[in-house]
Amino acid sequence: MNFTQMIIPLNITKTISDWIYSIMPETAASYTIMVIIAVAYLALFAVAGLYLVLLERKVAAWFQLRIGPNRVGPWGLLQTMADALKLVSKELTSTIKIDKFLYNLAPYFVIVSALMAMAVFPFSEQFQAFDINIGVFFLIAISSIGVIGILLAGWSSNNKYALIGAMRSGLQTISYELSVGLSILTMVLLTGTLQLSEIIEAQRTGGWLILQGHVPSIIAFMIFMVAGTAETNRAPFDLVEAESELGAGFHTEYSGMKFAYFFLAEFINMFIISSIAVVLFFGGWLSPFGITENIAWFPQVFWFLIKVLGLIFLMMWFRWTFPRLRVDQLLTLEWKYLLPLNLMNIVLMAIVIWLNWTI
Amino acid sequence: MSYFSDIYKGIKTLLTGMSVTGGYFIRARKGAITQQYPDNRETLKMFDRFRGEVVMPHDADNRHYCTGCQSCEIACPNGSIEIIWDRAVDPETGKKKKKIDKHIYHLSMCTMCGLCIEACPTDAIVWAPNFENSVYDRSALTKVLNQPGSSVLDGIED
Repeated sequence: MNFTQMIIPLNITKTISDWIYSIMPETAASYTIMVIIAVAYLALFAVAGLYLVLLERKVAAWFQLRIGPNRVGPWGLLQTMADALKLVSKELTSTIKIDKFLYNLAPYFVIVSALMAMAVFPFSEQFQAFDINIGVFFLIAISSIGVIGILLAGWSSNNKYALIGAMRSGLQTISYELSVGLSILTMVLLTGTLQLSEIIEAQRTGGWLILQGHVPSIIAFMIFMVAGTAETNRAPFDLVEAESELGAGFHTEYSGMKFAYFFLAEFINMFIISSIAVVLFFGGWLSPFGITENIAWFPQVFWFLIKVLGLIFLMMWFRWTFPRLRVDQLLTLEWKYLLPLNLMNIVLMAIVIWLNWTI
Repeated sequence: MSYFSDIYKGIKTLLTGMSVTGGYFIRARKGAITQQYPDNRETLKMFDRFRGEVVMPHDADNRHYCTGCQSCEIACPNGSIEIIWDRAVDPETGKKKKKIDKHIYHLSMCTMCGLCIEACPTDAIVWAPNFENSVYDRSALTKVLNQPGSSVLDGIED
């Protein structure tokens, strides 16, 4: 790993990094900075995950003509904080016949793989922890690791519901990984690079990629959102934790904070899928039509987060509208519809680029 | 080419569903169906068809419509209604006539099935929208529906 690639965000952090370098030898300083950045990301996304849970509950309530949490704090803003406190203070129960080591390992697998993916996202021009030249590839690889955690959780719980849920998760993730990968590949054809910062740079002049690639881009975006929702195991693809059939699916035997890790990881994964979509289709931190490009003080993070929240809202809209698919319907959708369409779409995109029909 | 028309139909139906829930989402701020109960206790109004408890309406002269026919008592599947009746001499005709002494209603046993109200030939008992039925002593749930000193409205048997 090349430490010089690590871009330190904003001026205040530059001051801190200069100070750390001045009091420590270089290697120790770079490790210290890595740890500080990791802790900062961990804290940031734990809180962000909590507020995504709150957002989900509010949005769910509004979709069902309810009010949602509104008692703890103003407008219920502290509700999920209180829930997290409760979960931290709860006893960690487990059954006797579990595989102890794997059972305890599984939630960390899930949450760590989710948090690792956050490292490569460019939240603004400077705010990016780790800008590698295979960023998109790294994201696809990391997002597949989470499913190992789910499989471990189901297997080690020694519970038939958990095992069925975990196996469904494996089935689903392996199937839909193809669609996610191929729809991302369609966009990579257009940019010619896997580095996330360069993908965004390519959209600065030519407009967002969803406009640059027009028809094949829009098809790729639709496929990506469907497959991405399936990747995160959310409704309508929540066979993994289908409450009516499997209890709670793979995390049936988990309680307290370990359960909270699974719960948080689901929301961070949702954030990741939306972030990938924002970077690949909607220009990342670039403002629409460059309206704030010349305003120096305007935070580019704002545009990134607005776009991500918009896509998260779309996924929540899916969740609270569509009924759950059966297993055979799930596989029919992937192998008979999304995959052939995706392959056709790649050829279409290649033709569009070959004939220079991009906008 | 039913393959592509299937895809088109699929997307179209999904968008129809999303437009329905999207409409709910926009209207939820004003039209939320949630009742924030203890806060809006004064203004909360139950629906017309709500089944809270069985009551016997009385008019201004403390008269009710119950003739003591016991149809409700027979209709009740779990014995929630007991009628203690008596015979009294009608002062006008001089004949003996059946009248209710106490119409006893055990709310604690009632399943709100409504068979008594359907069975009543004179509509003497109706549903009331009262829903705050919790008490500290279960004997408070045994209620006498006719008010003390009330009598049946004249000519209701005819």
